Amino acid sequence: MASKGSDPSSGENVIPSAIKILIAGGFGAGKTTMVGSVSEIAPLSTEELMTEASLGVDDLSGVEEKSTTTVALDFGRITINDGLVLYLFGTPGQQRFWFMWDELALGSLGAVVLADTRRLETCFPSVDFFERRAIPFVVAVNCFEGAHRYDPEEVREALSISPHTPIVLCDARSRESSKEVLSTLVNHVAETVAAGV
Amino acid sequence: MPDRHETDPGSPEAGPLVRPYVMTWGRQRSDAVQLDMISVVIAARRAEVDEMALEPEQVAILDLCRRPQSVAEVSARLDIPVAVVKVLLSDLIGRGYVLARAPYTTESPVSRDVLQAVLDGIQRL
Ligand SMILES: Nc1nc2c(ncn2[C@@H]2O[C@H](COP(=O)(O)OP(=O)(O)O)[C@@H](O)[C@H]2O)c(=O)[nH]1
Ligand SMILES: [Mg+2]
Repeated sequence: MASKGSDPSSGENVIPSAIKILIAGGFGAGKTTMVGSVSEIAPLSTEELMTEASLGVDDLSGVEEKSTTTVALDFGRITINDGLVLYLFGTPGQQRFWFMWDELALGSLGAVVLADTRRLETCFPSVDFFERRAIPFVVAVNCFEGAHRYDPEEVREALSISPHTPIVLCDARSRESSKEVLSTLVNHVAETVAAGV
Repeated sequence: MPDRHETDPGSPEAGPLVRPYVMTWGRQRSDAVQLDMISVVIAARRAEVDEMALEPEQVAILDLCRRPQSVAEVSARLDIPVAVVKVLLSDLIGRGYVLARAPYTTESPVSRDVLQAVLDGIQRL
């Protein structure tokens, strides 16, 4: 369906369509590193302007004053073909950014949850987020030197991840490893679609 | 609010920047106003631009958009917050200076062809 995006009235303008994959996980899990290892451009960072009021969830003070805050978001790009561009968004894993995830997650192809072997539990909010919204995801266990070497089934057990969700070990700094993670995700999405879930 | 009869009552997002002639653009008007982070925008090649009528940031956006860019890229490269970029772009779209394409969304199941294309694209890296 990667049809030409040209506006019929403008003739020569061909506009590609974009699709996105989210890279989620706790702070320091390697999200920006993974985006950078596969992106064809140096990772870019954009700031989303937010009013504190929209943060509301964990602010029970009831103060009406709306101060603005900015949330930085890293992303990279992979050109798939003339008609399709893939964007990878590194999304902050903290629960207080969930208001932003909702917009980001809308219409995404799927997600990679990066688990940090030094503190596995920090990816739990991300796992929870995608499970609740039935967004297909894979768990990529980013293996840091000196940290415990998990095997995938140990991680599945520790985070109670469904048997259908792929878990792969990775090194976010390596392009080949990150490509494998993304391929695993896309194959998983294909299976999910085929299964009609 | 009561005097904005030209806006679609079904689209709460339609704000004062929505000009009636956005509708003449030829595709769903919501493409123009409901810009997503990954809506892809490009400067319309045939447009005769009256730069004096634009904000300096808009001139910079037009310059950048000679190649297709996502809203997020425009924001990052020009260091303007996404929300502001969306407003500036909506105006440019309204003037016919910029064309936009809504993202590929997966609300309906993704086609096999797209998935295969994405897989091939990743493996080609
Ligand atoms: N040893 C090791 N270090 C990594 C790996 N991935 C990321 N890092 C390092 O961990 C730090 C945090 O990574 P970053 O990508 O900024 O994390 P983010 O907060 O999730 O975006 C950086 O200094 C990276 O160089 C990995 O796979 N192995
Ligand atoms: Mg980061």
